[in-house]
Amino acid sequence: MLKINNLHATVAGKKVLDGLTLDVPAGQVHAIMGPNGSGKSTLAYVLAGRPGYEVTAGSVSFKDQDLLTLAPEARAQAGVFLGFQYPVEIPGVNNVYLLKAAFNAARKHRGESEVDAFEFLELVRIKMRLMQMDEAFLSRGVNEGFSGGEKKRNEILQMLVLEPALAVLDETDSGLDIDALKIVAQGVNTLRSPERSMILVTHYQRLLDYIKPDQVHVLARGKIIRSGGSELALELEARGYDWLTQV
Amino acid sequence: MSDNAQLEALVSRGYAHGFVTEIESDSLPPGLDEDTVRNISRIKNEPQFLTDWRLRAFRHWQTMREPEWAHVRPHPVDYQALSYYSAPKIKTDGPKSLADVDPKLLETYAKLGVPLHERARLAGVAVDAVFDSVSVATTFKDRLEKAGVIFCSFSDAVQKHPALLEKYLGTVVPQADNFYACLNSAVFSDGSFVYIPKGVRCPMELSTYFRINAANTGQFERTLIIADEGSHVSYLEGCTAPMRDENQLHAAVVELVAENDAQIKYSTVQNWYPGDENGIGGIYNFVTKRGECRGRNSRISWTQVETGSAITWKYPSCVLKGENSVGEFYSVALANNYQQADTGTKMIHIGPNTRSTIVSKGISAGHGQNTYRGLVKILPTAHGARNFTQCDSLLMGTQCGAHTFPYVEIKNSTATLEHEASTSRISEDQLFYCIQRGISAEDAVNMIVNGFCKSVFKELPMEFAVEAQNLLAVSLEGAVG
Repeated sequence: MLKINNLHATVAGKKVLDGLTLDVPAGQVHAIMGPNGSGKSTLAYVLAGRPGYEVTAGSVSFKDQDLLTLAPEARAQAGVFLGFQYPVEIPGVNNVYLLKAAFNAARKHRGESEVDAFEFLELVRIKMRLMQMDEAFLSRGVNEGFSGGEKKRNEILQMLVLEPALAVLDETDSGLDIDALKIVAQGVNTLRSPERSMILVTHYQRLLDYIKPDQVHVLARGKIIRSGGSELALELEARGYDWLTQV
Repeated sequence: MSDNAQLEALVSRGYAHGFVTEIESDSLPPGLDEDTVRNISRIKNEPQFLTDWRLRAFRHWQTMREPEWAHVRPHPVDYQALSYYSAPKIKTDGPKSLADVDPKLLETYAKLGVPLHERARLAGVAVDAVFDSVSVATTFKDRLEKAGVIFCSFSDAVQKHPALLEKYLGTVVPQADNFYACLNSAVFSDGSFVYIPKGVRCPMELSTYFRINAANTGQFERTLIIADEGSHVSYLEGCTAPMRDENQLHAAVVELVAENDAQIKYSTVQNWYPGDENGIGGIYNFVTKRGECRGRNSRISWTQVETGSAITWKYPSCVLKGENSVGEFYSVALANNYQQADTGTKMIHIGPNTRSTIVSKGISAGHGQNTYRGLVKILPTAHGARNFTQCDSLLMGTQCGAHTFPYVEIKNSTATLEHEASTSRISEDQLFYCIQRGISAEDAVNMIVNGFCKSVFKELPMEFAVEAQNLLAVSLEGAVG
């Protein structure tokens, strides 16, 4: 699904990714952990194509196509979803309006007809029940006045509706209480399927109690320095990162 | 490309209404003196009182100077170089029905999407279309007449309803009100006239479409709407012009009168040619619009979407005389490329318990300069008056400007005023968020801008709201790219 090979990237002239290699096969969930400033969010933004994140070397292939040559919106339409660490507020734009525009953009890209407002509402309602979100969410401005937890839930709702092939969730667990964490995890687990891959960027092992990853990677100084099974996360929780980064 | 560069590039597709109609016209030669004024009056076969009225205005205008207080910089206008009358040539005095209207004209309006023929019936909108100086057709006359509604060109009203005209003309916007209104009073050529009799709810939306076609002409139309006791009317106005390198002057006057319990809703989508991306050409839109809530419980509501014109100078206002009367002003103004907009409103509270609401949304992009200028005046007689004002500015790019000048004069201590204001810009974060959801930069900007304008758009009649949204999208093309 996703093959990252020797990826180098800079932000504002500063080298952040320094030869990162990662392979996420279809159907797998990978967790990326690591100390602050190690390049985790940068990796997420580079995959999504955020302007200002410059790839200087390496390659990324997604479903056997060169991801880096695609425009950011084309990546999204092809099935790359980024769950933002800090979802931005867009006052005046209805949540449901943005969601429907995104949904139809992807359908159009696949050569399918756009769905109308009624059909779409039906679909969203089902997903909202899963996320235990009130329908009043739909008519509010995008993330406008949402609490931190509501914003994160909204990200997962969008993911459930868009059903991406690759979801990169950037610290979706931070700022969540335990109940919200469970709901978010349930949303993620619902989407797990053999055709879909996920990357969870996280600081805490506790998310992985609810979403069991196939692999855990440690990212430090712009590259993967250790990979392992879910037991690696437990070890990191107990020992921190120093024993790895000081090698 | 950075998001910012995208933003700056998304504000500039072409102006779709910039075509010129090749049509023979009768024009007065350029120049302005008392004979010009008399000639216009004679061509229009006006009664003596109107000729005298025009001449009084002209004499006063000669003593006036152009206002310089607005935050706009027009090139000097040579008033002697303009032609003050231009009419499409027709065989008879005027078109008696649509069949008499030059097919080329009808074609023009069809291109503009103005429903003159059967489309009018489908759309349920009665249209008066003004081409350069004259009104070419008024649809739906019969149905309106049955309801007792008078909706006709100003020239027709001069011939058929001189008493009404004499009673109301210039009573809301006095001749000497300002330089442009005074000029208009002297040389106005046509426009629309509406009278809604007592207790009548106008059975359909009324609409006027203005188009400037001829070169080197000014357009000076005049609209007068009278809503008699207990009547209701909703009136829409749209404007376009060809693309020309010279600036063309449009100095209109609109007067509204609402008697007891009457309501007037006046909506404008102004899309005059804004000039090219370097600021060459475009319409000078120097317009005086004012409504008077004469009667108790009357209501006048202005809604405007101003996307066109090189320079906009207009302040649709309400004089709230009647007890419990209500004035409203909802505005979206866009200044892109080198457009300059200085617009806002005046709410003059005279009667007790009068209320007013002002919602202004200014969008600046490119090198555009957007100014909100508003006055809320509470006179000593206006016990318990209330005003709510909200002024929001949205900036796109780094070369544009937003300015807000809210004036407040309060002479009665029982008044309540609220003022909210904000200035924001479309952030790269917002844009990238939408793009990451698969939405193009252009659509994302439109979505965000429309969200910003939502509280104004919802005041527009349904079909107009859709048109306004599309217009805004077109006007912003190239602002992101």
